[in-house]
Amino acid sequence: MLDVTILLDGVAYGMVLFIISVGLTVTMGLMRIVNLAHGAFAMIGGYLATTLLSAGLPFFAAALLAAAVVGIVGAFAELTIYRPLYRKGELAQALMTFGFTFVVIAALTTVFGTGIRPLPVPPVLSGVVDIGFRTYPTYRLFLVAVGLVLAVLLWLLIDRTSYGARLRAAVDNPRMARAVGINVNLLFTVTFAGGCALAAFGCVIGADLLPLEPYYALRYLVLFLVVVGVGGIGNFKGSFVAAIALGIIDTGGKFLLPQAAAYLFYGAVIILLLLRPHGLMPAKSAA
Amino acid sequence: MITAMADTALSVRGLCKSFGALSVAQAINIDLLRGARVGLIGPNGAGKTTLVNLLTGTLPADASSILLNGNAIGGLTPEARVRRGLARTHQINTLLNETTVRDNVAIAIAERDGIAWRFLRFRRCWRTCLDEAQERLNELGIGHAAERTVAELPYGEQRMLEIAIALALRPSVLLLDEPAAGVPSREAHVIHDALDRLSSDIAVLMIEHDMDLVFRFAREIVVLVQGRVLTRGAPAEIAADPQVRAVYLGRSAA
Amino acid sequence: MSEPLADKGLAAVAPSLRLPSAWHLLPWALALLFYFTAGGYLSLGTHVLIMILFALSLDLALGQAGIITLGHAALFGFGAYAAGIFAAHLSNDPLLGLAVATVLTGLFGALVGMLILHTAGVTLMMLTLAISALLAEIANQAHGLTGGDDGLQVGRMAPLFGLFRFDLWGHTAYLYVLAVLFLWSLVAWRIMRSPFGRSLDGIRQNPRRMRAIGTPVWRRLVVAYGLSAAMAGTAGALEAQTTRAVGLGALSVLASGTVLVMLILGGTRRYYGAFLGASVYVVVQNFAAQIDPFRWMFIIGILLMAVVLFLENGLMGLADVVRRALLAVQRRSGG
Repeated sequence: MLDVTILLDGVAYGMVLFIISVGLTVTMGLMRIVNLAHGAFAMIGGYLATTLLSAGLPFFAAALLAAAVVGIVGAFAELTIYRPLYRKGELAQALMTFGFTFVVIAALTTVFGTGIRPLPVPPVLSGVVDIGFRTYPTYRLFLVAVGLVLAVLLWLLIDRTSYGARLRAAVDNPRMARAVGINVNLLFTVTFAGGCALAAFGCVIGADLLPLEPYYALRYLVLFLVVVGVGGIGNFKGSFVAAIALGIIDTGGKFLLPQAAAYLFYGAVIILLLLRPHGLMPAKSAA
Repeated sequence: MITAMADTALSVRGLCKSFGALSVAQAINIDLLRGARVGLIGPNGAGKTTLVNLLTGTLPADASSILLNGNAIGGLTPEARVRRGLARTHQINTLLNETTVRDNVAIAIAERDGIAWRFLRFRRCWRTCLDEAQERLNELGIGHAAERTVAELPYGEQRMLEIAIALALRPSVLLLDEPAAGVPSREAHVIHDALDRLSSDIAVLMIEHDMDLVFRFAREIVVLVQGRVLTRGAPAEIAADPQVRAVYLGRSAA
Repeated sequence: MSEPLADKGLAAVAPSLRLPSAWHLLPWALALLFYFTAGGYLSLGTHVLIMILFALSLDLALGQAGIITLGHAALFGFGAYAAGIFAAHLSNDPLLGLAVATVLTGLFGALVGMLILHTAGVTLMMLTLAISALLAEIANQAHGLTGGDDGLQVGRMAPLFGLFRFDLWGHTAYLYVLAVLFLWSLVAWRIMRSPFGRSLDGIRQNPRRMRAIGTPVWRRLVVAYGLSAAMAGTAGALEAQTTRAVGLGALSVLASGTVLVMLILGGTRRYYGAFLGASVYVVVQNFAAQIDPFRWMFIIGILLMAVVLFLENGLMGLADVVRRALLAVQRRSGG
């Protein structure tokens, strides 16, 4: 029954990747900028949550509050340091956000130290559950569930609300969107904030699988970018599929061929990027 | 119409392209004889620029037979088609903005003459490219701007540079995509004059919305509507054609 | 002295390539001066020279051709390991090892380039990251050849030309590296000013325009990337030969990030940007090494952000600004 474990673990892992990366793909598709600091925002949320937890807040309250705060930080960052970047080209954006990531890492480690910060899972979700033929960690099932719920909620948001319609319009054709009166700037700020908040939330609930430590933002940056790249920039559905696929490939690799796991993963990434340079589901819109 | 094969610079048969259910080019046939002056008109969204992109290879066609000077070019990359003698200008200026005006042309000449890959012993070749570039610029009246960077140039002169670069390639077929677009009418006559002076060796297909320019320039007009050729003929015929009026020129056409 | 026609166009866009000839001797004069006065800092100087070569190679790929690579250290590391393994198993002649490492890295770069240079933008960035990570993993796992996590110890190099021993104080090493840097910098200079270099610059600015004039874009980029790889490979080989050690750090993302910072700091496409940026970075890092690594990260981060936001053309750009200001002052007071 190893396969089912791999599948479930892979899907759980993929869900965490999705929750964190979906904000990145939407903002990169919307704002057309290269944002290498996405992991940094996630990380801020994680560290903030540890403080809130030690202050006595329950797990989910801490996660949500941390996400909200990071959302505000993100909005602020968008208004101040990201705005000048829009016209500057990909290299400048990559460098600036890369630098910003360094700054965040350095600042957080000065405050919190350099060890791994544990984000203890709430007792009600720890332990195992019987899924018929074997037992499986409850928390991982929870992650799968949360991922699915969020995916559905986000899809409804993007597909069924007027905000979503405006978002899709702005992703497809920002000039046209402005011309028909959509306040693209506000859209940018709000969406960026939302993306950062989601990333922070993902970091907190996913700390079991992606441990929180000083180099978090850089170590997993490749993963987030790969999900975006393989799924297609701005492509919401693509990022979901890519995250799950990469989660399964990575987990599978680690289980089945531990020596070659890294080769398998990066090899798969390279092949996918070469075959589909615009992502798995080449669709220009966010849906 | 009898067309002598040897004189046909560009021969297009059955050019098709669709994006899913949306068909942007349907079985388009076009012939450009040497020295042709063909105007391509049609309402917005008719697929005129798409047609040019299909001809240059920037957009891959679903089906086509394209002969440039008798040679099939359908499977070639855009760069390869350029080297065979097909040049174009862009609707939106596509220039090397950080580079000087003269260098923009000189680089094209270097590419044309096959010296652009050189990184040893290039001084004299490059000098020749620069000299010829200056001549090309002078011919089009922008020689004075030779050492300014493109970013410093007024819009009209940038449009002229687009044309200069295309001409420097010594093409047999030139595709002009709205050469006077965005140029204030008082400056547009410069472009009009330049187009009048184009060599009679070059077959020219021009997309334009400026009807004065089209009717002055073209000896044949092709009308494109929703990816199909609606009709073609001499300018006078087109102007009088009720179909064209209805679809494009509107009720108040002159 | 009247400006040759060829130079004027270049002057508009790359001021440092048009300095009066005497100025070009300055960096080399300084380097030689350093040799005689450095004392215990000679090996630091050697490291600076190697980093200059590395940054210059990145300038060719990134600054000139616009190939955004976040994994350039993969090429440096490839050259380093190639030279190290060559020295360990085949011959410890430095020049032979250098040549082999350079050629192998160049070929590797060309192959990788052929694979990935069809893409651009974020896809390309990620491919460079992924390949760099893959290479690091290979190096990590091939213990026998590379020493894995422990790194590779490289034996003493044979005397240069059979005459000059690589002494403990690094005299031979310094001059050796300086000579190699000089030669490569001449090549880089030629390349950047040639029609080839201009076409690369054109590709960087507007690939669509270059295709429209018949440039075989992918082919050009592959050649450029191969040359850049060869150069980076030389830098890596020199590092292996002079420090006599190669570790996984040479291939790391951090190393790629570092060389990016060096180049951006100095200014891309300014030729001497690589010189300035690498020198400043290495020297400052050396003396700031006492500070803990995270505070160092903070400084690098702030530097990157500041350069991007305010100093678009790096320190060389700043030098331009100063020079223009001085000229303006001169004109005002003279006229």
